[in-house]
Amino acid sequence: MYVIIVGDNEVGYSLCKELLNAGHEVLIIEKDATKCENLEKELGSVSLCGNGSEMAILTKAGTARADIFIAVTGEDEDNLAACQIAKQKFDVHRIVARINNPKNEHIFAKLGIDHTVDVVALVLEHIKAQASISSLIHLLNFKEQGGELVLVKVGDPAAGKSLTKLPLPPGSIVSLLIRQGQQCQVPTPDTVLKLDDQLICLIPSGSKESVQAIFAG
Amino acid sequence: MNIIIMGCGHVGAELASTLDAEKHKVTILDTDATKFGKLSSKFNGTALVGDGTDEEVLKKAGIAQADAFVALTREDERNAMAAQIAKQMFNVPKVICRIYDPLREEFYASLGLDAISPISLFVQLVKERLGG
Repeated sequence: MYVIIVGDNEVGYSLCKELLNAGHEVLIIEKDATKCENLEKELGSVSLCGNGSEMAILTKAGTARADIFIAVTGEDEDNLAACQIAKQKFDVHRIVARINNPKNEHIFAKLGIDHTVDVVALVLEHIKAQASISSLIHLLNFKEQGGELVLVKVGDPAAGKSLTKLPLPPGSIVSLLIRQGQQCQVPTPDTVLKLDDQLICLIPSGSKESVQAIFAG
Repeated sequence: MNIIIMGCGHVGAELASTLDAEKHKVTILDTDATKFGKLSSKFNGTALVGDGTDEEVLKKAGIAQADAFVALTREDERNAMAAQIAKQMFNVPKVICRIYDPLREEFYASLGLDAISPISLFVQLVKERLGG
């Protein structure tokens, strides 16, 4: 596959290395000439020096034949511009944009860039998970299906109750039960929850708060 | 008209001062407060420090009531993003953005933006004066 990455930073560089190792053709577009030189020294001819949201540079990069186009610069406006041009002008089907300001996710979606990675939100979720700060942690979005995957910890409100007794939002699927000292199992509607059980659930988008209240209070 | 201008450079400041003198309600945005020194001493509008690609800043600038939004920062990408937010998220009736790169001007026009490239414009003017 031919993958174009815009932006040579920690994310762009690591991604490039991994994709090269997996045998893909990779090109990094980077404004900073020194960074490009360093890349060339280390990884060979994998960079193109220039602005990744400029038509001429994207043409030179052969964007029209790219299978995947990924913009990971630290500026949301640059990522948006690059992705919009790759999508509309060069007809690349798989586009991913990094979002630096969490507030911009819905703007990108509205402007036609559906696949975004919000780095700050990801780091926050991981910290919350590692530090057990929150009883509900967001894992993954399924935007097309209108759902999200979450990990929730059972607290007093749900302990001792079976799953059927819990008023979960319609469309929710409790797919995995993680109980201390036991193998992971797929719960049945009659499974009775215990305090500190963890559940992986698919829930409708935007229902995190109500689900958290049902399980953990 | 109620007009929001993003970017208080030479063009932004001149445009804001002119429209203000013509009794329009003008709000000008810039991330750098020192840029507001370029405004006319008679400027009566609002000068607001903030990033015009940030929805909250746009709301504070009164974008919900704006009749027009003009993006005039130095960067094409920022202008394009702000203009799209104004048009798509806040339905501002008239949105204009400066896009230096003539190739990108065409692209953003194809997305429905009113994009102006000062480069194309100047080239066209000079050609006309040359009589060809």
